[in-house]
Amino acid sequence: MSSQKRVKDSQAQKRTSQVSDTYETNPAGEEKEDLNDSKRSLKHGQDNTADDCGHADDQGEDALQIAVRYFEKGPIKTSQSKDKILEKHLKTVENVAWKNGLAPEGIDILLNVALSGKFGSAINTRILKCMIPTTLISEDSVVKAVSWLCVGKCSGSTKVLFYRWLVAMFDFIDHKDQINLLYGFFFASLQDDALCPYVCHLLYLLTRKENVKPFRVRKLLDLQAKMGMQPHLQALLSLYKFFAPTLISVSLPARKKIYFKNSENLWKAALFAVRQRNQGPPPEPLKLMLGPAQVHPVKRKWNSCSVIPVLNSSSCSKECGKKGMTLSDYLSSNGSFPLEQLKSFPQLLQNIHCLELPSQMGAVLNNSLLLHYINCVKDESILLRLYHWLSQTLQEECIWYKMNNYEHGKEFTNFLDTIIRAECFLQEGFYSCETFLYKSLPLWDGFCCRSQFLQLVSWIPFSSFSELKPLLFDHLAQLFFTSTIYFKCSVLQSLKELLQNWLLWLSADIHMKPVMNSPLETTLGGSMNSVSELIQYVGRLSTTAVRLENNSTFLLHFILDFYEKVCDIYINYNLPLVVLFPLGIFYSALLSLDSSILNQLCYIMHRYRNNLTAAKKNELVQKTKSEFNFSSKTYQEFNHYLTAMVGCLWTSRPFQKGLYIDPEVLEKAGIAEYKNSLNLVHHPALLSYAVSFLLQECPEETTVSMSSVRGKKWNWYLDYLFSEGLQGLKLFIRSSIHHSSVP
Amino acid sequence: MDSYDTSESTPRHSASSRLKDYFIGATPLQKRLESVRKLTSFIPTPPRRKIPQCSQLQEDNDPQKVAFLLHKQWTLYSLTPLYKFSYTNLKEYSRLLSAFIAAEKQKGLAVEVGEDFNIKVTFSTLLGMKGTQRDSEAFLVQILSKSQLPYENREHKVLWTGWFCCIFGDSLLETVSEDFTCVPLFLANGAETNTAIVGTWFQKTFDCYFSPLAINAFNLSWMAAMWTACKMDQYMAATEFLWSVPCSPQSLDISYAIHPEDAKALWDSVHKTPGEVTQEEVDLFMDCLYSHFHRHFKIHLSATRLVRVSTSVASAHTDGKIKILCHKYLIGVLAYLTELAIFQID
Repeated sequence: MSSQKRVKDSQAQKRTSQVSDTYETNPAGEEKEDLNDSKRSLKHGQDNTADDCGHADDQGEDALQIAVRYFEKGPIKTSQSKDKILEKHLKTVENVAWKNGLAPEGIDILLNVALSGKFGSAINTRILKCMIPTTLISEDSVVKAVSWLCVGKCSGSTKVLFYRWLVAMFDFIDHKDQINLLYGFFFASLQDDALCPYVCHLLYLLTRKENVKPFRVRKLLDLQAKMGMQPHLQALLSLYKFFAPTLISVSLPARKKIYFKNSENLWKAALFAVRQRNQGPPPEPLKLMLGPAQVHPVKRKWNSCSVIPVLNSSSCSKECGKKGMTLSDYLSSNGSFPLEQLKSFPQLLQNIHCLELPSQMGAVLNNSLLLHYINCVKDESILLRLYHWLSQTLQEECIWYKMNNYEHGKEFTNFLDTIIRAECFLQEGFYSCETFLYKSLPLWDGFCCRSQFLQLVSWIPFSSFSELKPLLFDHLAQLFFTSTIYFKCSVLQSLKELLQNWLLWLSADIHMKPVMNSPLETTLGGSMNSVSELIQYVGRLSTTAVRLENNSTFLLHFILDFYEKVCDIYINYNLPLVVLFPLGIFYSALLSLDSSILNQLCYIMHRYRNNLTAAKKNELVQKTKSEFNFSSKTYQEFNHYLTAMVGCLWTSRPFQKGLYIDPEVLEKAGIAEYKNSLNLVHHPALLSYAVSFLLQECPEETTVSMSSVRGKKWNWYLDYLFSEGLQGLKLFIRSSIHHSSVP
Repeated sequence: MDSYDTSESTPRHSASSRLKDYFIGATPLQKRLESVRKLTSFIPTPPRRKIPQCSQLQEDNDPQKVAFLLHKQWTLYSLTPLYKFSYTNLKEYSRLLSAFIAAEKQKGLAVEVGEDFNIKVTFSTLLGMKGTQRDSEAFLVQILSKSQLPYENREHKVLWTGWFCCIFGDSLLETVSEDFTCVPLFLANGAETNTAIVGTWFQKTFDCYFSPLAINAFNLSWMAAMWTACKMDQYMAATEFLWSVPCSPQSLDISYAIHPEDAKALWDSVHKTPGEVTQEEVDLFMDCLYSHFHRHFKIHLSATRLVRVSTSVASAHTDGKIKILCHKYLIGVLAYLTELAIFQID
């Protein structure tokens, strides 16, 4: 925006004022030297011309003094030759002023004269025109001069000239604090049509943040409505907007260069001279322009700024139809609430019925308030606009579509991050992202933007799994099997999130309205099927992955994390679904060498039990809803797992059912006595706990007897395990094992 | 980017209502999604298409305007539906667009709408340029330079031309609401900077999105077959193919020109279903060309990339450039291009 330019300008201003500040102390010394020089030349009589010059200057100074005194006194009424004398003095002042400039005192007096209206307006004009400072103008003179404006003694044209002069000389005024106190006065002068452009310019130079007040903004907008789009008003408005963006809602044409009529041209030569006196050669002509100072490197030929469009009210397309609609109509129409004003949630609520929408819907991605709006709006066209824009942008920006073009990788990643942030905020995925996944997944290398891409997967809106499978999950499976363990874990993580999102949607939907009247009634079974298919898909992935990765503990953690979600669906989401894990996962976890895996397995079994018990209870209570009764197969499966676990860990009678191992094989392997080798004491994951426990009992022992852990000691051992943080195990044992059966 | 205030909970309401919509499949957005799924899960292009029929232009077309569109090279773009575009406001759009262009060209100087510039923008409809009655009316945008010459020989020079059309775009129409105007195919001729400016204005004003429309080798073969199949009274140009062999330091281009009547004879020999072209026939047609070439030059063209096809009907380049030569088959050519454009924006 214009801010940069403004900053630049003010820096330039600062620079000049700094230089002049330092100059205040310096020139005295220089003058002395000059004097010395001239004295020397006088003494030696070597250089007559220099002498003459000095003399002439002295004379000029004297004449100037006389002239100034003449003007100060005012015209002598009796004198016949008044005009001649006046002319003579005026000439003197003009000559000196244009040649060397006037001292602050001279300006002070003459400014007073010009504005007090002692002389005619032609004379005032001439005086004003030669108010050129040698170096500086004192602030007091300006304040005094302004006070004359209130008296109403000077003509309109004099006032205009005064403001022009003030703008031109602004940089040479020694201080501006006092002048700034007159801000309100200047502002009031905007009323005057003739003065308005110049006053605007002055205000533009003078405005500080604290000057920007709501009532002034209102006034400016009124003026603009009255006079139309004037560049000077726009300049001031955009400065106001820069200082207080919250106060100004009109969208100012950012691309236009707004400028002032060059008010300094009357004094161009003089200003140049003054500057040279003040600081040597001028650095550059001081440009008082607002404009597109920001130069974007034109990366793309089309949308040069950023991927996501800037938030702009859709004033253009709306008004196209209505001819002759001026800005004033636009501003006065209370019909819609401009986007630029929208800053808070309460504002959104108050104006939600008349919100003006952005001209490019993609802009909502960067605005959380509008995302709220999008979330509850019923207007399909808004969603379609967003859909089209987002689909195309994703397609255009996607870096793996462009061969060997990974330059914009960072940008694409950021764009995806923005989308994901918006999705998290809405707790809902965009359809565009879903279609993007369909199209891009087959081409994805599984590496580029992995985290973003997988997050997009987790936000796929709920839909029929069998439809999604060929589009998405089959491709994902291929990548899954052929990639590293870390990729597998990331995929499992995002599928867990996907499951969670689906469950949240479904549970929210079921509880929105009574099931009986909902059109979902007939399809709830369908939705549950879809979820269960997703779980089974992850089950297949997991089983194969466990084998591919040699029962990696790391991988098992991610798999069990997924099942921690799965086992609690009935209770946590109140959805009629219990899906057990596949055999491959169960046994891998049960026989794992890692105690935390075993612990997690115990916890999951415990939750499965609670869910199934709750389901059973509900079935008994309401016999009508037969559709969602779980098949006895689920219970059988669970009981099978439970028996296996209890048999291994507790009763030391593992694998009683469904598993037969030839005793000869076991004998050959040297584990003929295998029955208790998987119980809580001997289980490889818990063996170290058992040893620590026994050593704790009798620290001096060099050999420990595992089999001694029985009876009471068994219970102590359990307490020891629980105290070591195996909470899952604790829950499992408390819920699934009756204590009468202590081995 | 402002920070999301996560403390304010988002209403869940919409998710559920959309879920319901999903099962009913009622909203345009849902239809959209459905169509994308269909397109993605099956073979991207239907295996059979109609051979372009003679002059399907509707009667009310302006022959002068149609002639203007022929024999020019057009760069193709696909375009998402225009939001709140109205055919009654074309005059107003001309005014706004010319102001926009002037502002862009002067790089930021203040410009007033309606001021006199040395350029002029015109919007006009291309009557009759549609496949079915449901198709949106095609329209033409031109940037003209105003000559400084005196009044009588004041002739505007055309600096840039672009036109928007939709021929048999039913599949797209079904998936949008009435606030949108579907003109998925955009063709531009002139300096690319002008295309960019006009495109930007359209994107800002009608919330649409332009993307360059490239034509892959698969679709080029389809064009070759379909255009060869067209009946011609007289052939104006040879049927020519251009293949590109990627090799360093410079890629090698293989040009393969056939007498159009020979090409037609070859087509007739592989063509079975009257009035239609099938994927099988396209493959067979190309295979015949390949084997013929291999017999003479021992080069397997199938291992190279087809980059250009030119026939007497039209010529197309893989970069997304097209030149339509034959007035009779204008609609037929545009119908296929519209189909490709719709596929791209789906």
